[in-house]
Amino acid sequence: MKTKTNDLILQTVTKVATFVIVLFSIHIFFAGHYTPGGGFIGGLMTSSAIILLLLAFDLKTVKAILPINYLLLVAVGLVFSVGTGVGALFFDAPFLTHAFQYFDLPLFGHTSLHTAVLFDTGVYLVVIGVTMTIIQTIGESE
Amino acid sequence: MNNFVILPILIPLLTGIFLIFLARKVNAQRVVSLISAIISIVIAFSLVIEVKTDGIQVLQASNWAAPFGISIVADMLSALLVLVTSIIVFTVLIYSFKHIDADREKFFYYSLVQFLIVGVNGAFLTGDIFNLFVFFEVMLMSSYVLLVIGGTKIQLRETIKYLLVNVIASALFVVAVALLYSVVGTLNIADISQRIAEIEQPGIITVIAILFLIVFGLKGAIFPLYVWMPGSYYAPPIPILALFGALLTKVGIYSILRTFTTLFYHQPEYTHSIMMYLAILTIIFGCIGVMAYMDVKKIIIYNIVVAIGVILFGISVMNTEAIAGSVMYTLHDMLIKSALFLLIGIMIAKTGTSNIKRMGGLIHQSPLLGWLFFIAAISLAGVPPFSGFAGKLMIIQGAFEGGHYAGGLIVLFSSLIVLYSVMRIFIFAFWGEKKEYNLATEQKKDNRFLMLPIGILIAVSIAYGIGTEAVYTYVSDAVQVLMNPSDYIQAVLKEG
Repeated sequence: MKTKTNDLILQTVTKVATFVIVLFSIHIFFAGHYTPGGGFIGGLMTSSAIILLLLAFDLKTVKAILPINYLLLVAVGLVFSVGTGVGALFFDAPFLTHAFQYFDLPLFGHTSLHTAVLFDTGVYLVVIGVTMTIIQTIGESE
Repeated sequence: MNNFVILPILIPLLTGIFLIFLARKVNAQRVVSLISAIISIVIAFSLVIEVKTDGIQVLQASNWAAPFGISIVADMLSALLVLVTSIIVFTVLIYSFKHIDADREKFFYYSLVQFLIVGVNGAFLTGDIFNLFVFFEVMLMSSYVLLVIGGTKIQLRETIKYLLVNVIASALFVVAVALLYSVVGTLNIADISQRIAEIEQPGIITVIAILFLIVFGLKGAIFPLYVWMPGSYYAPPIPILALFGALLTKVGIYSILRTFTTLFYHQPEYTHSIMMYLAILTIIFGCIGVMAYMDVKKIIIYNIVVAIGVILFGISVMNTEAIAGSVMYTLHDMLIKSALFLLIGIMIAKTGTSNIKRMGGLIHQSPLLGWLFFIAAISLAGVPPFSGFAGKLMIIQGAFEGGHYAGGLIVLFSSLIVLYSVMRIFIFAFWGEKKEYNLATEQKKDNRFLMLPIGILIAVSIAYGIGTEAVYTYVSDAVQVLMNPSDYIQAVLKEG
């Protein structure tokens, strides 16, 4: 049975909090190399933001906001991670060898860009994909 | 550095990921997985050749020197097992095209098979004990889903049992690795081996060795730990059962072989004699199961238990002949078990029952099926021109040389019972009056196509039996490494 209640406070808070959570998760994702954080915890946080949306609204609304096939997101994430490893093969280096280089970027200044970020992006996407697939599947089944 | 070694893991992994994108296009999935299976066979074959000519191949992943990074090591044993695995996957895939229903195919069946192979090949090739654990999990996760896919009642029930047992086994594995790490402070198998040799295996290492025996025994179904297997393997469809029966238990056996020849070989009078008692009990209980049932699936499943016992007995004897026999027998058993499961799959499809009392006269209906089964049956028992002979002969030879007469005789006697069990299937199902089977019309499928993969497996197994001499030159390389862990250590740590 579905009861229609007035969730105005929850929904309004969610609209603000979701952005804060997503921003914090992205911060944690990028901070992973030097401080605690990384792809796994970042992915979990991003999916927790989506779950907050799910709690405040409902499955259909969230699907309209984020029309993502999460199973494909898992596959894309895997392509990122494995692709980073396979990339090393083309440079005649052992599988999963990473490379980094310092660049002078306009906004960030002297920054090191590392291929491990690509690997972590894969992890990040897989974690979001898996978490959301689990929650959506359980939520939809009756 | 040699990236070739990683390819048997990488190819199925990439294929599995790619197949997720093709989820709804069944025909495309079949084509892609078949192509990938053929490529895998070619790669595995060239890996065997490469190891034969250039010795053990090592890849230090991500370019970290040996004890600090993860090493992927292909010695002859791993290369041979990877080759046999890829042949089995190729045939089972062809068999699946006709035998797996469309619902399962749409629900990521082919992806899951590829991920299972990632786990199996990874476990064969890794040179790091924790990485071995991870590949075990990759393999087990895929096998959980393959076991439950389709969602019939029996599959759901048996998956819960299988899952429970394996979760407990995995937790024990982690504890065992943690204990080992706390003693030796390293995870690379070659480095562990070196350090255990330095401290000459004190009591705690022997305890850890027995813990590993329990863990791998749970995965590989040895005597007191095999109880989960007959039920769980009874549940899934035939192609999945063939993959499980041929590959999963053998990964457990490979791990025992690897750890007890490379790591824990300093106190054989304790560890290996426990293993020997367990092996003999495994053979005896397997034989009882083999004789007790009138159900084809159960009979073949208990035959796995017997084979595990025989292989484990060879390992526990720990001399060159017996280990060589175990390796020979493992390779043979993987081929012939998958062939047998595929064969009984056709028999069940033709008769609509798995009870041999309700079958009969199948030889009139399909002589080819009958004779293929006959060949598979006698090679399983180890009749001389066929593949099961050489391995068992060497195991028994090794046992007698080592003075384990009772064990050798039990292995001999078990062959008789194995022969009796499969011949009983042959006599009940193929001889006698032709029986009428009331199958529903949709069940009356054309099964001639399914003879092709079985034919390939039987042909490989016959070639293996006739060309034993040629195969043995490869197997003796594998045994050379197993009996001299220093070769393995040098190959992995040489650049360290």
